[in-house]
Formats: sequence, C-alpha cells, structure tokens
Amino acid sequence: MSPLGAGGGAPPPLRGDLELVAAMIDGGRVLDVGCGEGELLAYLTLYKGVDARGMELSQTGVNACVRRGLSVIQGDADHDLKDYPSDSFDYVVLSQTLQATRQPRGVLEHLVRIGRRAIVSFPNFGHWRVRIGLSLGGRMPNTPFLGQNWYDTPNIHFCTVRDFLALCDEMGVVLERSVTLDRFGRPFRLNPRHGLANMLAEQALFLLRRDRA
Amino acid sequence: MSVAEFAPPSIRPGHRLSVDEPLRLDSGAALADYAIAFQTYGRLNEARSNAVLVCHALTGDQYAGPEPHPITDKSGWWSTVIGPGKVLDTERYFIISTNVIGGCMGSTGPSDLNPATGKPWGLSFPVITIADMVRAQVKVIDHLRIDRLFCVLGGSMGGMQVLQWAVSFPERVFAAAPIASAARHSAQNIAFHEVGRQAIMADPDWCDGNYLDFDKRPRRGLAVARMAAHITYLSEQALHRKFGRNLQDRRAVTYGFEADFQVENYLRHQGTAFVERFDANSYLYITRACDYFDLAAEHGGILANAFRGTPTRFCLISFTSDWLYPTSESRAIVHALNAVTANVSFVEVETDKGHDAFLLEEPEFFATLRGFLAGCARHRGLPAG
Repeated sequence: MSPLGAGGGAPPPLRGDLELVAAMIDGGRVLDVGCGEGELLAYLTLYKGVDARGMELSQTGVNACVRRGLSVIQGDADHDLKDYPSDSFDYVVLSQTLQATRQPRGVLEHLVRIGRRAIVSFPNFGHWRVRIGLSLGGRMPNTPFLGQNWYDTPNIHFCTVRDFLALCDEMGVVLERSVTLDRFGRPFRLNPRHGLANMLAEQALFLLRRDRA
Repeated sequence: MSVAEFAPPSIRPGHRLSVDEPLRLDSGAALADYAIAFQTYGRLNEARSNAVLVCHALTGDQYAGPEPHPITDKSGWWSTVIGPGKVLDTERYFIISTNVIGGCMGSTGPSDLNPATGKPWGLSFPVITIADMVRAQVKVIDHLRIDRLFCVLGGSMGGMQVLQWAVSFPERVFAAAPIASAARHSAQNIAFHEVGRQAIMADPDWCDGNYLDFDKRPRRGLAVARMAAHITYLSEQALHRKFGRNLQDRRAVTYGFEADFQVENYLRHQGTAFVERFDANSYLYITRACDYFDLAAEHGGILANAFRGTPTRFCLISFTSDWLYPTSESRAIVHALNAVTANVSFVEVETDKGHDAFLLEEPEFFATLRGFLAGCARHRGLPAG
C-alpha cells in the first residue's frame, strides 16, 4: 500500500479543521501530537514538503501511521513531550486533544517550548448550544462535537475560548492568528476575545508562540 | 582435531571473507587475522544503494533466508521475512547476513584453531563485544563496496548490533530497525546469561573450555543453558497455550523424574537439538558480549549523546508480552532519539508470543516493518513497491 499517494494532482480533501491547520504551515519540521492515523502528516509530507513527525496514544493509530511510512511514535502529550528539546520544531500541532490531557497548562508550555509556533484547536465549551444544554436542559453537553456521555468521555478539561485566552495571557503566550468556526465548521470573522465569538464558535484554532521578550 | 563433527567451513554454502589485517577489540586484545562467513539474498543494484544488513540474535547465524540450513536442514531463522515479495523483498533489496565474530558457523570463534598454538582457541579466544561484531561486519560491507547500507535491522542481540552500527557509523546507515532489543543489558538479562554459562561450565565435559582437545562436548551443560534461555524467549501465556499441564504420551504422572509433562519434553528437545548446531564456548563469548553492551556508558551515561546529529531514520518495535527485552527498553531508546530530534518511529505490537515474536508470523509486525521500509525507500529514491 502506498497511502502517501503517487503524488501530483490536486490534494485530497482534509477534515475541515485539519485543512485550516495545514494552511497555517509553510514547510519546515512539524510535530503532530495526537496525530491519529496520520491524515495531516501524510498531507503535509506530500503537499508541503514538510519533515513531519507524529505522536499518538492509540496503538492502532501509531501502527497505521508507520504502515503508511510516517515517522510516528507511541506516546502521550502529558508524559512524552518533555523529552523534546526546545525549538526543535517549526510547528507543533495539538488538534482537538488539549481537552483530553491531564495537565493542559503543562502541555501548552511544552508546545510553545518545543515549537517555534504551536497550533492548538479545541471544542469551545462556551458555545451557545453547550450553554443552553447545561442551563436549560440541566444536562452535560452532548453536541456532535462533544458526543460522549460525561462518564465515558476522554475529554476531562473543557475550556471556553475566553478561558483559553486567559491562560495564554497568564503564561505570556502570544496569539499570532486565530480562527473560530461555527457549528457548520465555517470560519467567521470576529475577534476571538469578543464575547459573541465565545458564544458562536463551536471550535477554535490558534497559532501561538511563546513571548520571546 | 575434532571440529569436523561441527561441519567445517569448507562444506558450508555461502561466502567467507578472510581478513588478514588485525581486528582491534574493545578488550585491548587483537585478532591477527579472522574470517567472517555471510550469506546474501537478492541482487545489489548498480548504485549499490539497496543493501540491507540483517543481524542475527544470540543463537542465530548467517542462514537467515529460505534456503535449508546446512546442519538442521530447516529454513533460516528469518525465512518468514526474507524472500520474493516478503517484507525483505529479495526482488528489491540485496540482503546481507553475517555470522558474528565469536560465532561457530564459519566466522572466527573459539572453536577455530589458534594460529599461534595450532590448537582450538577455547578460552584463550579474546572476549568480544557487540562493537567488535560490528567492526568485523564493516569489513564485509567494505568488501562488497557498499558505502551506505539502506537499512540495518535485527532482533534481540541483532538489535544491539543495529544500534551500534547507527552510533559508530551513522553516515553508513540510512535506516535502522532494532527490534525487541535494548541499549543495555539489564541485571535480569545478565542474570539469565550467567545461569546459562554456569550450566556449561559445570558440565565435566566442558574440560575448562578445552573440550575439543579431548574430543568431548559439554552437551548436557549447553542443553540446560538452552532450556533456561528458551523459557525467557516465551511468554507465560504462550507456554500455557501451547502445553498447559498436558502430559507427554501418558495418561497419568509416573511419580518419577521422566518428562511427564509436554513442556518438559519440549524443553529437552530444544536443548538436545541446539547442541547439534552450536558451540558451547561460542555461547559463553556471545552471551558475554551482550552483557557488556551499554551504549550510554561510552557517552557519559546519557544515551541521547550517542545519537546526537544522527542522520539515520529509526524504527523501534517491541512486543507486549516480551519480558526479556520489554517495551520500556525500546521506549528508553525512543526517548533518547527524541531528545536529539532524530527521525524515529516506534510501535509496540500486541502479541502473547513473548520475545520470540520477532521470529514468528506476526502480521502487525510485518506490516509495520514493511511500511517503515517503504517510507525509507521513498526517501532514499528506491522503488517503494
């Protein structure tokens, strides 16, 4: 099998948020933390000439990646980022995984330490559907994006866009670019710090770097 | 002398490179001249860029491929992996498999004649290390005029040679796959080896290592060493699945010390079959080489330093039920490689077959290795298949 494709032709479509991640990357060395079956890595390798590496918790995911010829190790964001030296990657990607880590703050520190840039995306717990579900329904949110029951979800550290930005400010992490997506996965233009953005964004995606001042 | 029983090199198929310059050893001693026996499979391409070096484990040898072994008549130890269309595809790769220095299948070892005395070396053979094995292999690769190996791979002690290759000759190793291996021998590893060595030495037929002079062989001691070692290659589940408490050709226990249980019979068979093809002193020397292996030690105790700046692409593979070289050992190597941002993949394969899984039919393992090699081939500009 040759899943990296034969090359040439138009790039195949990527999952919506990964497409946005890929658009932020312009080559260099990339580490995708929680890379799943390597969809983004394969795309970056093939179409952006990136030196792509991955880390994935699930064994089936890792095996699928290595079978595709990608450089991926088994590991998890909470424990295994500490081994990487500072500034060893141009981009470190953490896509839809932050809320599943034990120490989101520690993980974020490592992301901006290891990478010259970090790209982080997560489901926004401040989205209006979440708020309504909790305030009126009295139940934990069960949206297409947060589709599991409270007792079996891997997502243990939810945050809203405002929570996340407050943490970045506290840590001195600089926001370089942000994309907020509505519930149809469409990006909309609104300052992420705006209260309305926090209501309308079902997902958020940030390009970050540590403050070098 | 009585090594004839041991099938002298002349009647063995394959190649044997005689080197008439000294091999300087880690111990400080040197072998004035020596020979390395090796097998090859497939064809070397014009650019000499498709060469794969396969490194054997403790009791393996150069007969890795599908051809019948000259002593056992069985196919080679990696015949599941090497062949047309297989993971190590002989239609695409040129595969080289050498017998380690200190071995007993044609490479210079303790059962050969010491040119200074005209008698078998025995324990006067110098102690060798994993790095010495690699130094000797380099001569074969030089002889074949291969500058850079496409891949070096092997399991267990073979994996140690892979790591040593990558550390000692990084520019000559494009890709490296140490499988079910470790960057150092643990206390437990050393302990099991010591049991094996003591079993050999306790056999009166060992004759202080000079058994060939007396036309004897320490069969019982070597067989016991093999029996003990064989247990470490299997998992508890695998042993139980295979044998349980089943009795051997009998309905009830005999209240004696015959092999009542199938597992006893199996181990005795493993032991006696092994002594037909392996030299007891070679077993001592090669186990010692493993025990002395500690890649970090020569780099200030920090394993990452051994790999700093490495251009090699690595793939580490471990097996869940391998308690001899457990996943934690592979993971320690992965951490060291990450610390120097080396290009590394790591897969732990779920299996109940224990350490021996790397020698067996394991689809997940094969798929991983195949994917890694295909990815590396693309980067090396070889047909990826």
